Amino acid sequence: MSISHAPPGASEPDISPISVDKGNAAGGDQVALDLDLVPITPASSRGTRVPRWLRRTSGPVLLLLLWQLLSSTGVLTSDVLASPGRIAQVAGDLIGNGSLTSAMGTSLQRVAFGLLFGTLIGTGLALVSGLFRIGEDLVDAPVQMLRTVPFVGLIPLFIIWFGIGEAPKVAIITLGVTFPLYLNVYAGIRGVDSQLIEAGESLGLSRWGLVRHVVLPGALPGALTGLRYSLGIAWLALVFAEQINADAGIGFLMVQARDFLQTDVIVVCLIVYAFLGLLADFIVRSLEKVLLQWRPTFTGR
Amino acid sequence: MATDVHRPVSPTVTHAVQVEGLTRSFDGRAVIDNLRLDVRPSEFVALLGRSGCGKSTLLRILAGLDRDIQGTVLVPRRKAVAFQAPRLMPWKRVWRNVLLGLPGKPTRSVAEQALTEVGLSHRSDAWPKTLSGGEAQRASLARALVREPDLLLLDEPFGALDALTRIKAQRLVGELWQRRGCAVLLVTHDVEEAVLLADRVLVMDDGVIAHEQRIDLDRPRDITDPRFAELRAGLLERLGVDTTAEAA
Repeated sequence: MSISHAPPGASEPDISPISVDKGNAAGGDQVALDLDLVPITPASSRGTRVPRWLRRTSGPVLLLLLWQLLSSTGVLTSDVLASPGRIAQVAGDLIGNGSLTSAMGTSLQRVAFGLLFGTLIGTGLALVSGLFRIGEDLVDAPVQMLRTVPFVGLIPLFIIWFGIGEAPKVAIITLGVTFPLYLNVYAGIRGVDSQLIEAGESLGLSRWGLVRHVVLPGALPGALTGLRYSLGIAWLALVFAEQINADAGIGFLMVQARDFLQTDVIVVCLIVYAFLGLLADFIVRSLEKVLLQWRPTFTGR
Repeated sequence: MATDVHRPVSPTVTHAVQVEGLTRSFDGRAVIDNLRLDVRPSEFVALLGRSGCGKSTLLRILAGLDRDIQGTVLVPRRKAVAFQAPRLMPWKRVWRNVLLGLPGKPTRSVAEQALTEVGLSHRSDAWPKTLSGGEAQRASLARALVREPDLLLLDEPFGALDALTRIKAQRLVGELWQRRGCAVLLVTHDVEEAVLLADRVLVMDDGVIAHEQRIDLDRPRDITDPRFAELRAGLLERLGVDTTAEAA
């Protein structure tokens, strides 16, 4: 330890160069006066006259204009891709004659049921395997195995099992929704801070009290992440399910349009899918805002 | 395995804590080795020791959080713990945190009362994330006090606080103890804190209580009192810190 210290005799020469520097600095006052000063302009004054939202929307608008231009000059023919104007018109027509709204209703219903069943099964299984060790031993391994099966590949089997009605479509969505929810809720439960569990125990909470007041609220962020994943997958599963043997719904509209080379209808349907996906995401985010306002990492509002 | 764990103290026994022949091993290594400890009702006992000496383990055993033990441990049924980290449930507002785990359906006023006692009634509706370190620790204290414990276990509750907040928090604990009259076991590594607050200071070493020091100074205690300094120096020496070197 003491070896690292400089011997007392050496300290004097160590200091002296510093004092020489100080002398220079004192003389340097003269130099400082001659320094070339550059003004630092406030960021706000550097003329950003175009607001950010306008700049951000101008990109998509330009793209849309280019698309319209290509279509109207005939470079992009309507059997490859219809023009934006045409698409807007078709969308208006489809809404006007009620076919789009009824198709949306059908599709939404499928997603709603699939989501409902998938959420019930996914969270139910996650609770069983997250809360009980025996549940984990029984449930987790099969679920992890089934998870690796691409659920879309099960469509043929589901058609054999459930026929061609609504059942196989709801079943496919249910299957797609179940696994991300299971994984996230399970991880959420197992990720609850053990210190908080211990604190709960020391406060005299019963086993059920611990689950209700500590484990489940602690797993909520994970569960909501799972729900968001699940929603994304639900729309994906819907598209797959509706392309096969559907006689109603957005997918049915698309298949029909494909047979008649109506690219405009196809694009309208795609926009509807995107819009519904956005809406679902918005709903979950609002839910997070309300349910997770306690979170230290929460930055909304 | 222990036979008499957590049986309530019978009224004839004048002990708030009675521990005899307590042994707790981790992987065959005894962290607590045939330990004996008595705490009288409404006595303030501070437990000092180097880190890893088993003092926190002992507190966890007394709190009923660690039951892989051998020996006899008797503690009151009503006991409460405040940890080094406040350990508030982040998803519950402060007053709900205070009431958490209380039997029956306690009303909010019960929590408000405890929060007023620690000077935190104005934050009763806040989320724990918005509390400062000192406020969170006071909320944790209120949560312990609302249980009206006969034994209050404090595990380095001031360890994570800054120096100024710590002084205030120590003073608060001293006042609360005098008002409540419950037995307190304070685990700490701060000798000054121990001498400031405790009736009796125990030094733990090698899994047993190696040294016991009665503190007979009048309260409120003055850290500039020469007797205070003497006691502090004596305890530091017991802990293996050379006080003459520190004074230099």
